Parts: sequence; C-alpha cells; structure tokens
Amino acid sequence: MKQYETVIGLEVHVELATKTKIFCSCPTEFGGAPNSHTCPVCTGMPGSLPVLNKKVVEYAVAVGLATNCSITQNCKFDRKNYFYPDNPQNYQISQLYYPICRNGGIEITTEDGTTKTIGIHEIHMEEDAGKLVHDEWGESSLVDFNRSGVPLIEIVSEPDMRSAEEVVAYLDKLRLIIQYLGASDCKLQEGSMRADVNLSIREAGTEEFGTRTEMKNLNSFKAIARAIEAEKERQIDIIESGGKVVQETRRWDDNKEYSYAMRSKEDAQDYRYFPEPDLVPIVISDSWLEEIKLSQPEFRDEKLKRYEEEYKIPAYDAQIITGNKHLADIFEAATAICNNPKKVSNWLMVETMRLMKENDMEPEQLKFSPENLAKLVNLAESKVINSQTAKEVFEKVFSDDIDPEKYVEENGLKTVSDNGALREVVQKVIEENPQPVEDYHNGKKKAMGFLVGQIMKEMKGKADPAMANSILKELL
Amino acid sequence: MSLMNLTAVGLGKKIQNREVSAPEAAKAALDAIEAKEAEINSFVTVDSEGALKRAEEVQKLIDEGKLAGPLAGVPVAIKDNMCTKGLLTTCSSKILGNYIPMFTAEAVLNLEKAGAVIIGKTNMDEFAMGSTTETSAFGPTKNPWDTGHVPGGSSGGSCAAVAAEECPYALGSDTGGSIRQPSSFCGVTGIKPTYGTVSRYGLIAYGSSLDQIGPVAKDVTDCVAILEIISSYDKKDSTSVKRENYNFTSALEDNVKGMKIGIPADYFGEGLDSEVKEAVLNAAKELEKKGAVIEEFNLSLVDYAIPAYYIIACAEASSNLARFDGVKYGYRTEDYNGLHNMYKKTRSEGFGAEVKRRIMLGSFVLSSGYYDAYYIKALKTKALIKKAFDNAFNKYDVILGPAAPQTAPALGESLSDPLKMYLGDIYTISANLAGLPGITVPCGISSKSLPIGLQLLGNCFEEKNIIRAAYAFEQTREYAHSPLA
Repeated sequence: MKQYETVIGLEVHVELATKTKIFCSCPTEFGGAPNSHTCPVCTGMPGSLPVLNKKVVEYAVAVGLATNCSITQNCKFDRKNYFYPDNPQNYQISQLYYPICRNGGIEITTEDGTTKTIGIHEIHMEEDAGKLVHDEWGESSLVDFNRSGVPLIEIVSEPDMRSAEEVVAYLDKLRLIIQYLGASDCKLQEGSMRADVNLSIREAGTEEFGTRTEMKNLNSFKAIARAIEAEKERQIDIIESGGKVVQETRRWDDNKEYSYAMRSKEDAQDYRYFPEPDLVPIVISDSWLEEIKLSQPEFRDEKLKRYEEEYKIPAYDAQIITGNKHLADIFEAATAICNNPKKVSNWLMVETMRLMKENDMEPEQLKFSPENLAKLVNLAESKVINSQTAKEVFEKVFSDDIDPEKYVEENGLKTVSDNGALREVVQKVIEENPQPVEDYHNGKKKAMGFLVGQIMKEMKGKADPAMANSILKELL
Repeated sequence: MSLMNLTAVGLGKKIQNREVSAPEAAKAALDAIEAKEAEINSFVTVDSEGALKRAEEVQKLIDEGKLAGPLAGVPVAIKDNMCTKGLLTTCSSKILGNYIPMFTAEAVLNLEKAGAVIIGKTNMDEFAMGSTTETSAFGPTKNPWDTGHVPGGSSGGSCAAVAAEECPYALGSDTGGSIRQPSSFCGVTGIKPTYGTVSRYGLIAYGSSLDQIGPVAKDVTDCVAILEIISSYDKKDSTSVKRENYNFTSALEDNVKGMKIGIPADYFGEGLDSEVKEAVLNAAKELEKKGAVIEEFNLSLVDYAIPAYYIIACAEASSNLARFDGVKYGYRTEDYNGLHNMYKKTRSEGFGAEVKRRIMLGSFVLSSGYYDAYYIKALKTKALIKKAFDNAFNKYDVILGPAAPQTAPALGESLSDPLKMYLGDIYTISANLAGLPGITVPCGISSKSLPIGLQLLGNCFEEKNIIRAAYAFEQTREYAHSPLA
C-alpha cells in the first residue's frame, strides 16, 4: 500500500465573551426564555440598523495580536446572503474582503517534542444565528433569536496540520490563548468554541493537495480526533479503490463514529457577498492598537518559564497550573499572600485536583478565593492545625470558600501542643491498652501506630502526631 | 378656505397664537382627505382616531406651555416606508400588508417631539422602487394637477397629499430622486438632505447607501422648518453624521449676490422637454437678475450615473428585501409544502413585478463571476461621479438644472417601458450616488397645465447654499395651488 499524508486545516468559531450582542445592546447571556434576549435589530425587523459593539473589535484584535497576525487597521463588514429561518435578515453580517486579522500563526509542540508553526490565514468577525426548535407534536418549527447576534470570531488556519494530535495541540493552544485573554470560555461542549475540520490526503512526498472535505458537528477534542481518523481512512479507501474524493461538507455522528455527506460543492450556495452598507468602515488607530497591545496578559509560555524560574515549582506542576487561566490566577494570588509557592502548588495539584475529579468539575468552576487558600497554607505550615485537620478544612474552603482562620477557631481545631494535657492522655492510653503495650515491648513496632491512633482519637485529632509519638516513646 | 390652504409654518403660527387648535387642524386635514382621497389615493392608511387623540394631547401640552415650536399641532403625512409604532406600515407592498411596527422611525420621533400630529401613511411605489407611484400594491396615486397623470415617485403619495392640500406637509424618502422628482411633478417643494443628516433608523431600506429621508411642503420655509426638526445625529444609525449645527433657517434670505451657480450643459441635451428647459433656464435668469453669477459647464459622466445607480441600489435592495420571507412578520402564502416552497410562494405572491425585477437584477450583479464586472465597477463609477461633483463645487456654490426631463407622464405610460422610466431619473440620481443635498422648487406650469420643477444641488453639508438660492427664486413667483387643492 502507498503511504499517504493527511493535510488538515481548521475553521474555528469562537463566541466572544462580550456582555451585549455584536450589533445591538441585548444581553449575550446563555439561556433565558425563548426570544427574551431580543430587539428589533437581532430579530431583523424592517427599519432596524446594526451598530457595532466596540468590545468585539478589541477582542478580535487581542486574539489576532496573540496569534501573531497582522491587524487590518481599515477593515470592513460584508453581507453574506443566504435564506434560513434562524437568520432573521436572511443575510449574515460577516467579513470577507477585509478581515480584521491576517497572516498569523502559533507554535505547537508535536508528539516527537519538536515545535511547529501552524499558520493562521485570517480571523474575521461575524454574528451568530438564532436557533430552530422543532415542535415535537406538530409539523412546525419555532425560532429562538436569543443567540442571534452573539458575536463570533472565525479563525481560519492554513492547511498546516498533519495528524489528529497536531489538530488537538493547535486547538488546545488556541483555546488557552483565548481563555487567557478572557475573550471567550471556549467550551466545545457548549458550543462557545466550534471547530470544522477541512481534510484531504495526498501521497506522501507529493506537493499537490488532494480534494478536501469539511467535517462539522465536532463537540469535543475526542470527537475531533475520532472524526479525523475516520475521515482519513474513508478517503484512503476511496482512493485505493480507484475512486475520487468528492468536495463536500460532512456531518460527524460521534455516537456512531461515522460521518455522512450534508451537501456537495455543486450545491454550494453563492453567498453574493458585498460590503455592508449599514456600517461604516472600522478604523483601528495606532493608539487604539497600542492600547490593546498594552493590555495583553502574560500568556502561558511566558508563565511556564516564570513559574519554574521565579517560583521554582516542578515543570509538571507548572504545566498543569498554567493549563488553565483561572487555576493560574488562583496560584499567583495565593502565592503573593503566603509566599509559599510550593505549598500552594501542592494544594492545587493534590487536594484540589482530587476534589474536582470527585465532583466532576472544570477549573473554571472553582469558587474558593486565593486569600482563603493562602490562610490555610499558613495555618498548616505553622502547625496550628495538623495535616489531617488541614485536609478537612480545605474541603470546606473548596466547597464553601470559608475563612479557615475563623473556622479553625470556631470549631476548636487547633493542635494541642500543651505538653501536660497530651501527657495525661498518653498515660491514660498506656494504662487502658496493656496488650499493645506488651506487644511493643516484645518488639512489635506496629503496636506503636495503634497507640498513637488511640491518642489522636482521644484528642479528637487536635494533637500534633509527632509530639504524641515522642511522649509515647518516652513514657513507654 | 380650508386650513389646509395654509403652509405648515403658517398653520403652526395660528396654533401658537390660539387662533386654531391642534384638533381643529387635524379635523381639517381629515375632512380634506375624506373629500379628495377617492380621486387621488395619496394614503395607504388614514389614522383618524389616532390623529384626533394625539391632537388633543398636543393641544394640552401647548396650553400647559410645555410645547412650542413652528410645527407643534400641525398635521403631517408620513411615507409608508417609515416605521410608526402601532400603525400599519406597508411600503405599499402586499408582503407587508399587515405589518405593524413595534417602534417608530427616528425622524418621525423627532417630529413627534416637536408636536407633530400624524394623520396617516402615504402611498408610494412598492418599496420605493419606481418613479410613478404606480407600482404600489394599493393602486396608483393620481396627480392633483391632472388625475390622468402620475404624481411621480416613489414619494408620490406624500407629494400629491401636499399638492392636493390634504395635509400641509409630509415626509418622503429619496434614494434616486424619490422626493425631488414627484415634488417637481406635483408642483411642491422637497429636500433631499446630505446623506447622514436624517437618521435612517426605522426607514425600511431600499438602497441603504443612498436612502435619505426629507421634507415635502408648499414652500422652502416649510421645508427648512421640517428639516431642522428631523435632522439629528443618531447613534442607532452608524451612517448618521454628527453635523456642526442643525440650523438651516438662517439661510432663508433673499440674497444671492455673488453666488456662483453652475449649469451643467450635460443636463440640457437630448431628451429634455423644451418647455421644461425653458422654465428652468428662466429660473436661472431670475437668479442672475438677483446678482448670482451663472455659468455653464460640463459635469461629465452623466451617462454613467443611471447604470451605476441601478446596480448599486438593486444590489443592496436584493439583500435588504431578503428578510421578507413569511417567517417572522408580514404576508405568508396560505398553502405550501415545506420551507423552500413557503419562501418561494410567499415572495412570488407578496412582491410586485418591479420589485421582483430589481431583486433579480441585484442578485445577478452580486453573483460570483459578475461581482467585479458590475458591482465593483459601479462603485468605482460612483467614486468618479463624486469626484466630478467635487470639482464642480470647487467652482460653484450651487448646481442648477431640471428635476426631471419631462412633466408628469400619463398613468400607465411608464410601466410599459421600464427602461424609459429608469432614464427619467437621470438628473436626480447623481446626488444620491455622491451623497449631495438637493432641493426641488416649482418654476413653471407647462402648456398641459402640469408643474415644472427646478432642481438645485449643493455640496455635501452645504444645504444652506441651495436653501438660499431656492428661497430667493421662490420670491419671484406666487405659489400655484393645484386644481384639486
């Protein structure tokens, strides 16, 4: 069999995190009763006119700068004409001729550890459509325009990816950049990030591209990887059996792990793009551009370096923590307070991860404050509470963001270090447990653990185990 | 004598002086409409109840001293392509035959704030596409000077209503001459302001980059008073322009000494009716007598204006009118089989022939493979035309010419030959392509007793020049009331 190379390019739609829609002041908030977040503009009422939300431009430029694009300082919107009931005007305001960002690229790390640049052809701004709700009983469909006019950017990559792994690495990187900018939460499952995969294959070593297909409905990284593998196989099978790949749009069904053709190139619509006459050209002045540049955050790669150099935490921990902006923010803020990066990192890496897993949570859903985490670190480090108590208190911090200092005080959880009280309890435990004491003296060191356990039980966990241990040894 | 014989400002003065009340004025308009509509058909909707109720409210505000102003309490007719909350707004189309807007157009809101009483919505060419008001789904409007003739279009209803004295003034809209040409045909005065001066918010778009709302009234003074009220910077319209000031009244002076007026020779060539030519050149002479400096020049590119205009306007219209699909509002076909059939039948049944022609034309010029050859070329032509006007306005304050090559054609004459109808827009469309302000004032009556209009064009944002010239010329003749007035 011949060797084939897979060529992949992505079109990624990202819903921007603006408070209001792109061309009107309706809220972008998800949910709400159908058509409750609408106005004449986003429902396409006759006579209504769009007014551009400045924040959309700022986010688009910020993403462009972060992905090394050149910014089109004089850009324009165009109309894309097509009829569909979720599209109230029967045209979408988008950008074709002068997209806001062009010619960028981001670096990814490939499987063999080398880095590779994935080119970004362009980024353009556009409006989202509404949603059709199909009536289960009747024969009608209903339209909900709440999502109509939610701002999107479409990031179009060059066909630079060669495997599902590279695609996932690219998407992951892109998602992190956008999350770091706060421009979107980029959730594939919820549709705030949507990726369409353009894929073709060619014989290894050849230059010419094969005929590509576009795959839609990919709702997770796993689905993307599966769809790429399946499409690659499908195209190779066609070519191996002497057929020709048809240029078409396909829809992925992740449950069946199978895709089917939606429409071929022959059915492709002529969108009759032309400059949007209701909006004036967007002029991004040098000073505005500079302002956006200055407000760019520190991105992951820079953070990674700094965490290892400045905080001296293990590379692996730094990878995990910077893998999410919210987690990184908690880490930095808590460290700034308690000045103990290693311990903060430990709490995040071990207990936080464990509880997130147990509760099936995403890092974005963490609601405890860095202040309370820092207080907990201080309490544990100064041995005001022992490690077992600290874990219990952390669970409360994790679930209810309680103030650990107050909580420890109010519940009397402080470690008893008063030698006298502890000595009495140790004496009592020795008297009440003659068998283990005898075992200890007979060389069964395990008995020691049992006795310490009994002491901690008597002390209701508030004893410093190390101190209990030494008193016990002494008295025995 | 009816109160409707007065000018809008004249009637407004009487209301301010408590000689006439706002309800009396509204009643006079409604009576005139009742008496004349059967013959003229200027209105799609007459809102008797709403107008009388509103007139009472306005009168109360006037009595309480909360409302004053030249047009407070004066009735007005609004072209039926401007949204009026709670009041039928049809664009004279079957497809919007049942459409009641949920908001009011900004220009109309501005009028309401100034105490205007909306009497009804005027007939027009369907979606403002046409030059005769015959493409309306609700029957043609007739010319009050001769009901065998058209009033022009597309703001034919507004101009006929004013000429027939059904109401003292009206709002029209002008995409390629739709205020200036029917004003000429009906013997009234109309202004198309500089693009961006009056908000388009709530104006149901035909050609978005060309559409502009403007006043129609008996004289220049009225038009200026109306223009001052409806002009505003509106954040809801991104193409709205923040102008330095919105005072136009100061230009109402009978003084054109030293004003440089250019007469484009290209506007006086083949196709121009000799009576029209004579009346317009006479008007130029009157202005010369008053001290204006008249000079003939070549504007150039005039022949390219019509194709460029129809390509741009139709392209925008093909997209602007896509929203009328039977899904959300307006007409929906009764029987259909699935979504696409519903779209097809709704639009086939809902739009008239001229609208369909322009949607097809616009869709064609935007199609892949034709976009560069037609649309891009038209945009380049538009830019060149703008440049030709820039050059002209380096030399002249005002450009003077006819508003239309002929007087009002007979009913039915134009629709049989759409190309001829399109060519009738030759003197007006350039102003829309270049964004310029223009005014039409009556300057004569033809041997067939039909009015002739003089058109004055100014540079962008220089309405004052054309207002001054129009006002000075107006002082040389009496206002001629139409036989139906």
